Amino acid sequence: MSGTITKVSGPLVVAEGLADANVSDVVRVGSQRLIGEILNMTGDQASIQVYEETSGLGPGAAVETTGMPMSVELGPGMLDNIYDGIQRPLPEMRALAGDSITRGTDVPALNREKKWDFVPVAKPGDQVGPGDVLGTVQETSAILHKIMVPPGVSGQVVSVASGEHVVTDIIAVVKDAKGAEHQLPMYQRWPVRIARPYTKKYVPSRPMNSGQRIIDTMFPIAKGGTAAVPGPFGSGKTVVQHQLAKWSDVDIVIYIGCGERGNEMTDVLMEFPELKDPRNGEPLMKRTVLIANTSDMPVAAREASIYTGITIAEYFRDMGYDVAVLADSTSRWAEALREMSGRLEEMPGEEGYPAYLASRLSQFYERAGCVECLGADDRQGSVTAIGAVSPPGGDISEPVSQATMRIVKVFWALDSSLAYARHFPAINWLTSYSLYLDTLRPWYTEQFGETYMRNREKAMHILQEENELQEIVRLVGQDALSPADRLTMETAKMIREDFLQQNAFVDEDAYSSYAKQFRLLDVVLHYDVLCREALDKGADMEALFAISAREKIGRAKMADAGTFSADYDAIEAQMKKEVEEVVAGGENA
Amino acid sequence: MIKEYKTIREIASPLMVVEHVEGVTYDELGEIELPNGEIRRCKVLEVEGDKAVVQLFESAQGINLAQSKVRFLGHPQQLAVSEDMLGRVFNGMGNPIDGGPAILADAHMDINGLPMNPAARAYPAEFIQTGVSTIDGLNTLVRGQKLPIFSGSGLPHAALAAQIARQARVLGDNETFAVVFAAIGITFEESEYFIEDFRRTGAIDRTVVFSNLANDPAVERIATPRVALTAAEYLAFEKDMHVLVILTDITNYAEALREVSAAKKEVPGRRGYPGYLYTDLATLYERAGRRQGKKGSITMIPILTMPEDDKTHPIPDLTGYITEGQIILSRELHRKGIVPPVDVLPSLSRLKDKGIGEGKTREDHSGTMNQLFAAYSRGKDAKELMTILGEAALSEDDKLFAKFADEFEKRYVSQGNTTNRSIEETLNIGWELLSILPKRELKRIKPEYIEKYLPEK
Repeated sequence: MSGTITKVSGPLVVAEGLADANVSDVVRVGSQRLIGEILNMTGDQASIQVYEETSGLGPGAAVETTGMPMSVELGPGMLDNIYDGIQRPLPEMRALAGDSITRGTDVPALNREKKWDFVPVAKPGDQVGPGDVLGTVQETSAILHKIMVPPGVSGQVVSVASGEHVVTDIIAVVKDAKGAEHQLPMYQRWPVRIARPYTKKYVPSRPMNSGQRIIDTMFPIAKGGTAAVPGPFGSGKTVVQHQLAKWSDVDIVIYIGCGERGNEMTDVLMEFPELKDPRNGEPLMKRTVLIANTSDMPVAAREASIYTGITIAEYFRDMGYDVAVLADSTSRWAEALREMSGRLEEMPGEEGYPAYLASRLSQFYERAGCVECLGADDRQGSVTAIGAVSPPGGDISEPVSQATMRIVKVFWALDSSLAYARHFPAINWLTSYSLYLDTLRPWYTEQFGETYMRNREKAMHILQEENELQEIVRLVGQDALSPADRLTMETAKMIREDFLQQNAFVDEDAYSSYAKQFRLLDVVLHYDVLCREALDKGADMEALFAISAREKIGRAKMADAGTFSADYDAIEAQMKKEVEEVVAGGENA
Repeated sequence: MIKEYKTIREIASPLMVVEHVEGVTYDELGEIELPNGEIRRCKVLEVEGDKAVVQLFESAQGINLAQSKVRFLGHPQQLAVSEDMLGRVFNGMGNPIDGGPAILADAHMDINGLPMNPAARAYPAEFIQTGVSTIDGLNTLVRGQKLPIFSGSGLPHAALAAQIARQARVLGDNETFAVVFAAIGITFEESEYFIEDFRRTGAIDRTVVFSNLANDPAVERIATPRVALTAAEYLAFEKDMHVLVILTDITNYAEALREVSAAKKEVPGRRGYPGYLYTDLATLYERAGRRQGKKGSITMIPILTMPEDDKTHPIPDLTGYITEGQIILSRELHRKGIVPPVDVLPSLSRLKDKGIGEGKTREDHSGTMNQLFAAYSRGKDAKELMTILGEAALSEDDKLFAKFADEFEKRYVSQGNTTNRSIEETLNIGWELLSILPKRELKRIKPEYIEKYLPEK
């Protein structure tokens, strides 16, 4: 089925003679066979968004529909790889076309030549349904890839292969109730704009450990939850996203660089193979899939990249894995939507964004969640979606931030004034929130006792109080404060500097286990308690602030992950002794 | 066989509609021949059926609907490149204006370039010593980085950019470098300031100048940075040179873009700028960088003046989201006589962490950098408090921090436009300033470095 171009305007192409094509079909445009997708149909005229640069295209050129919606290939070979927004592998494109992204490059998403060792699980004669595992492939040293029966296929296994196979080989034949035989290759295709099915969705109840103190202790996110990281430029959005990609205790990470800097993707590509997962010692790249549609790459593919990423995430979720999707940045995705909408001459909503912006965003975030997967073995998987938002001028009253805030449950608000003071991560503790605190509390209590959450509340209370006291200090100076209030200010400063600040570029500090976080905050709060008692006994405030254990607390976050417990015991002991000395000194004087 | 059309139907500068065209494609370059024989350039923005909407690069004055002829050249705008471009001056479209001969082209390159495959990029990590403490010490520039200067009207950004161009070098390295300078809608005087500086230091022989001055056609400005970057890409990736690209002033570029967008009656985004401003700027800025297996590099310093010194204005805002940091100039420091008036707190270099430290600058660089930032920030807060409540309201520590902030501005930031400090000098001045503070406050520096570098009082 082919048609002819009548109009070209940037990434938008209008073609006629496509009466038989379906909306959302992938089409090939012009002699270079550029990849596009049908957005609208009027009569036999189709409006097409083209995923590649359209320069050199003009009326009269042919458009051919593939009859298939925009889909991804799902199978072994995705991990440890980097794709563009429409799942073309970038290293292979480079081998084929050189250092630049040239047009019409056609590379299959999954390597067709690489052989995988397929270990069958199902046996001939077994009854299988969607999601049942036919066999496994050890895809990388970190991840066992489960080859599942695709949705829509069920019946009796006729035959199962084993041994070395390429992804296109038929590894199983399933005969359905009507007697039709389904030849199943190792990979499946799935349209990106449709969520993959599951049996049942749960309310998330386990936290995702990120190793970041402000996140894990103050504003935790659940596995299967959703979060947004908004912030003006330079406030450290990307570093937060990278930290999450590195240290989160999930099985798979899908990192979508959507309209961001090319060098940031290069950074991930170079750094992740070197970094080791703190839990199993495997290189982080072995569990990572990168989707890179940098800001200079064609804008229409940016719109698709988010869907490509979340579809791959759902596929791994279906195997029973915990997956994190990190999208940096959803604002660029929304801008791509706006640009196409403008070219389609649609009636704009707020700030030129299309009226369907909010519904598209919620469709994306709603694909996250904790589910019971398809298949007989009741495995559970989760997709956690974390999106960066880049509000113009850092002002979150704009449409993308507002639409995102209505959907997500966790909000890590980055603050430029913290970033200027080099307080990183620059997540503002007063404006951020997590709606998972209540559902996660039982988990924390079970693991660490009730003190964990109590400490958190106490620390938050002190920070809140500091904020009010600061108002007074700004008006009348800190001498007007009572010693108890001065202590509150001092403890708040310690919580900020000695606990919340975390240096992503120092090995000892980049990742903090729950136990270390718990103890560190406990030490700081213990200091507060000791000093408060001492003040009641009439101890000198300045002397309490000057005890030498304070410097040790200041460096406590650098303690080694193996020995921190003993170190913190020593600090507590010293602190106690020195506070007692100050009290005693006051009594003697 | 190139067809000529005498079917111009409509002109609303800078747009023109040509009818009954055949085989015209999107983004194609065209030529308009006026009745008096003069030739002007245009490019295709949209084709629908037999109707083409084209954008003029020059003024529409004198174009006659009946008599003017239009030819479409079958390819997008190209630049003839060769090594002979060094030392030459071109207009904003890439034609020589220094009276010299035309360039004997080694190649013709599409000025729009192609997006670089992220898998082909090499991560910038080589420290560039600019000799400016606020940059080297706190917002380190590395090879292949794009680091804009955010300035305001009347601030001395030209002096700083010229100082960087003059002093920048990579330690222990004698590779060939080149400067590509694009004047985008700036005045003759400002452009001449740069050229004179290049001439004085002898750098002019290694410089390519593209000049679109304030009185040149505004629409041509859309091509100027692309032409300049095409030349830079040729020199860097075909001729193995390390190229420093200075683009000034991006604000003028964005305004030209807005002009064309408004003429096309597009739905405007913030402040009337087109919704695709981010994408458009990204296609310029992202052309900086390094490629695996190539010796050369493109380091970019775009300069922009923030309207009303407002960092949240769309031009600086979107630029900041694309570039790898920013150097911000402050009017307050400028008034105080601090030269260069770099406001270090909101300034940032995102790539610094890979370019500093042992073997690159010095082991203590990272720690002292963070400490200086934190201390200056606290010192400024203390000073603010002092202006409201008087010095007596400050704690002893805060008084020291306030003193530190003053000394920091005087000794570290204000170095003048001719001082070229080595990185050791910069770091040592940093340590001298830190010695003002109580030692226990130096929490961000490893104790062994404090032991080693902190001067005795």
